[in-house]
Amino acid sequence: MTESIDLSKGQETPTSPAVSSSSTLLNVDDIEVRYGTIRALKGVSFHVNEGEIVALLGANGAGKTTTQKTVSGMLRPSLGAITYDGKRIDGIPAHELIRLGICHVPEGRHVFPRMTVHENLEMGAFRFKKIDQTDLDNVLEMFPRLKERYKQLGGTLSGGEQQMLAIGRALMGKPRLLLLDEPSMGLAPLVVAQIFEILRDINNSGVTVLLVEQNAAQALGLADRGYVLETGEIVLEGTGSDLLADDRIRAAYLGEEIAAS
Amino acid sequence: MSQSENWVQQLPQNIIIGLEQGSVYSLIALGYTLVYGVLQLINFAHSEVFMAGGFGSYLVVNGIVGHRHMTGVMVPLTVLCGVLSGALTGAAIAWLLEKVAYKTLRRSGAPKLAFLISAIGASLFLSNLAGKLFNRLPNNAFPTYFDINHQLFKIGNAKVTLIEVIIVGSAVVMMIFLDRLVNRTKLGRGIRAVAEDAPTAALMGIDIDKTISRTFVIGGALAGAAGFMFGTAFGVSNLMGFTPGVKAFAAAVLGGIGNIRGAMIGGLILGQAEVLIAALPFVGAQWNDVISFVVLVLILLVRPTGILGERLGRAA
Repeated sequence: MTESIDLSKGQETPTSPAVSSSSTLLNVDDIEVRYGTIRALKGVSFHVNEGEIVALLGANGAGKTTTQKTVSGMLRPSLGAITYDGKRIDGIPAHELIRLGICHVPEGRHVFPRMTVHENLEMGAFRFKKIDQTDLDNVLEMFPRLKERYKQLGGTLSGGEQQMLAIGRALMGKPRLLLLDEPSMGLAPLVVAQIFEILRDINNSGVTVLLVEQNAAQALGLADRGYVLETGEIVLEGTGSDLLADDRIRAAYLGEEIAAS
Repeated sequence: MSQSENWVQQLPQNIIIGLEQGSVYSLIALGYTLVYGVLQLINFAHSEVFMAGGFGSYLVVNGIVGHRHMTGVMVPLTVLCGVLSGALTGAAIAWLLEKVAYKTLRRSGAPKLAFLISAIGASLFLSNLAGKLFNRLPNNAFPTYFDINHQLFKIGNAKVTLIEVIIVGSAVVMMIFLDRLVNRTKLGRGIRAVAEDAPTAALMGIDIDKTISRTFVIGGALAGAAGFMFGTAFGVSNLMGFTPGVKAFAAAVLGGIGNIRGAMIGGLILGQAEVLIAALPFVGAQWNDVISFVVLVLILLVRPTGILGERLGRAA
């Protein structure tokens, strides 16, 4: 099913489950996820190397969020395996996975609306006995808006501020693998650009990022590699720039008209 | 003297009685509201947790007092033991109730209605189990180890008795403690996070099952302590839970279900309304239950989410 784009740089074929180089942080091997009788994922395989930014692209209902929720332990795969840092993690519940450094910023931000910005950030560090002051300072430096809104309730923030809070909250949990679900959703282009800038910084500080996006242009501009999902299957994969140049991607996700081939 | 003058004259005394009743309602109402916060579910077996606390403390106090004559420091110590044993029994039964009647259903992803049926079943089971284990007498009086109606002091012409001070005093202490627990501690933050957004709370590393279980235990302890207080004043029976339980539920809805301070206020308002309205001319104590629910209906007509509104819950 999976088509690999011709990789001029001569990289290995990434989907093959056998590939598990020493730098592979996350390996998802042929997972199937069901909602009742509906198969939302029909055998999805991909991997994320340590230090990479990997984007999962696709239309609504393609299975991007389901994939991410399965990685973070919110859902259980009915078939297949997920390996993180050399250990099988499929079936481990979300509240235990965060201890391994998998932090998930869910779709729609989900900040705690009745808690202040400060309390929300504290929640991110819930797994630790005490919050790390350096982490808190870093987050507030990264997002000065959060500092201005420090005592305000999460529910009173604007969409962009909530997204910043959700990312900041995840950073308080000291992620090694950061999962982001549609961070650009419903935000003004300027804010989106700002958030992607910050994601680059976060990645540069050594955090591996698995990004789910509908905004293919933004995501591929940032990502090292990307996978395209369609109705529960991966149909395309490649480096960010290769995918950006791919006609099918341009037609389907960037809304460009191409001549019939 | 006209009847309305009579009402005004009795007002201070009635306010004190209302406060005593309201404190018991508040303590029970907190359990409904806490559980509703984390599960969006009314725990209809909560009234039996209250009853269990009454019986637990009844057995302990009976054991301590026996045929002895209690004097001096032993009396307050026994009261303390009563409160603690009531709270412990309540906590234990609530913990067990959650494990048996709710957790199993949660695991299998049962619909909300199944929880309701399970709650009603657990309630009937517990009240009949208590009837079988002990007796089905309408009230088993606690041993008289102190004069509950001993007059401590007077406010104006209103008498304040020992039992009233014990009930209101320990209720206030427990409510302050709970408020601190929920707002200042890590456990409390976990409960609030689960109440606001459970799946996201799990992503923060919070074990939802444990948090729910602890919430039941806290609510159960408060109801169990209330069981001791109510029992000391009126005796215990296997059916004692029903009326206070339903009224405390009304109080929780009145204050805003899911809202902790709302449950406290709702209980106190209901306690006052019952006593003060029943004392009006041409009304009487037999109208108590009618009054509670008329107050509930009237307030919900004006403010459907209760006085303080749903707060802990996912209403945002």
